[in-house]
Amino acid sequence: MKARRLVWLGLSFVFAAAIIVAWQLISNFGLVSPIFLPPPSRAWNALVFNIERGSLLPYVLLTLQHMFYGWLIASFLGVAIGSLIGVSPAVRAYLAPMLEFFRPLPASALFPIAIAIFGLTENMLLVVIGFGALWPTLLATVNGFATVKPRLEEVSRLLGMSRRKFIFSVALPNAMPEALAGMRLSLTIALILSVTGEILSGSDGLGRWVMLQARGFRTPDLFAGVLLFGVIGYLSAQIVTYLERRLLRWRATP
Amino acid sequence: MTRVRLPFDWRGFAVPVCLLIAAELAIVLSGYNGASVARPSDIAGGAVEALLDGSMLKATRETLISAGAGLLIGGGIGLVMGVLLGLFPVMYWLFEVPLEAIRPIPSVALIPIVLLIFGLGHWMEISLVAKTSLWPMFFLTHAAVRGVKPRLLEVAKLLRMGLVERVRKIVLPAAAPGIFVGFRLSMGAAMIVAVTVEIAANPLGLGYAMMEAQERLRPDLAFAYLFWVGLVGWGINAGILALQRRLFRVPAQGAAGP
Repeated sequence: MKARRLVWLGLSFVFAAAIIVAWQLISNFGLVSPIFLPPPSRAWNALVFNIERGSLLPYVLLTLQHMFYGWLIASFLGVAIGSLIGVSPAVRAYLAPMLEFFRPLPASALFPIAIAIFGLTENMLLVVIGFGALWPTLLATVNGFATVKPRLEEVSRLLGMSRRKFIFSVALPNAMPEALAGMRLSLTIALILSVTGEILSGSDGLGRWVMLQARGFRTPDLFAGVLLFGVIGYLSAQIVTYLERRLLRWRATP
Repeated sequence: MTRVRLPFDWRGFAVPVCLLIAAELAIVLSGYNGASVARPSDIAGGAVEALLDGSMLKATRETLISAGAGLLIGGGIGLVMGVLLGLFPVMYWLFEVPLEAIRPIPSVALIPIVLLIFGLGHWMEISLVAKTSLWPMFFLTHAAVRGVKPRLLEVAKLLRMGLVERVRKIVLPAAAPGIFVGFRLSMGAAMIVAVTVEIAANPLGLGYAMMEAQERLRPDLAFAYLFWVGLVGWGINAGILALQRRLFRVPAQGAAGP
């Protein structure tokens, strides 16, 4: 069964390669204007060229920085505030409905407000990423606290645990799986907000670089940049999933 | 002591009301007169103004057209793919690598590309909404189709149903609850992407209305639009949830709203 799976995975790679070859042929025969769809060979050359010239990696690093710092702020605040809210059913009853209102709100809708307050600055970008990516982690943490089994609470009371001890050794570990799942979502949002913010505010980064290539109709470079975004999105999701699995190893696998 | 029972939990409303009053007082008492934030009463005034002159409804219509059309296209593709790849696992294995290669690219990073292809306007927005709303629909449909009881599929085989008939009479009804959850998630994603694209690039709809209000130094309008966007998103979600409960009589998961 496993061998069969591997064969199919290999075939799937071949299929993906076939799509790229088809794309190359379409471009070679001039079926689509290369301004809209450059051949993959040229996009690849543009990628290699820009990396070798050193004109791409600094921007990638800047975008990663925006994303990472914003995500760090969001995760820290999300777990901290989520714990504060989640620990008490009364506070939950007061705050949860208001927080739920923020959930479907597009995080990018914060940009116009934040630009008016902070101007087109790096700090504005970090505030929006931090605040916008906060909600999945915060709501998931609240939810994780809300689902502590009543029996666990009874046991810790019987053991004479202090409230503080209960929070750190029972409630928080109980909320961890959900909080981490929330942090994974927050990371995706942080990446989206970094790109949007760079396009909007002119803060340097891959988002702005890609936009400039489009303005100059340098489509091979544009596709190279977008390809890098795919790599960033894929790798960051993989890293968090890996961390999630590592950190939750103590949990009995369901 | 008898307690008055309200039809809703009043505690959820206490905090937002207090916050609004506090914001109003803080701005009035500090004598703030800048263009960054606005008094809640001014925001309400801005909302009324934008509602009465029709600009808010026009912007809402533009956003909903883009989000709806994108959802129809993307969700439709996701549905077809989910059913086909769910019925034929071999196809799923074959498509795995190309699909996983496209998925992690953030939609906003594609803005420059669709700008070159479509220019500004509804179509560039629709294409990005479609790209995003495809995934929840695809994954949940796929999972739901994979979860259809094998016995049902055997019955279909015994009755010598063709593919179309099998999908229409057996697979879709059995997978409907899961597909509906996918639809709701896709709808949420569609609204978010539509507004984001409007804020970042496209001069249309609610997102652009917010940006424009900010550029015209009208924080009251910008905040009014922010609340309106939240209200529209919340309303759509609540409507779909209510429909879902009516159709399938299952407790809704991840319910948004009090």
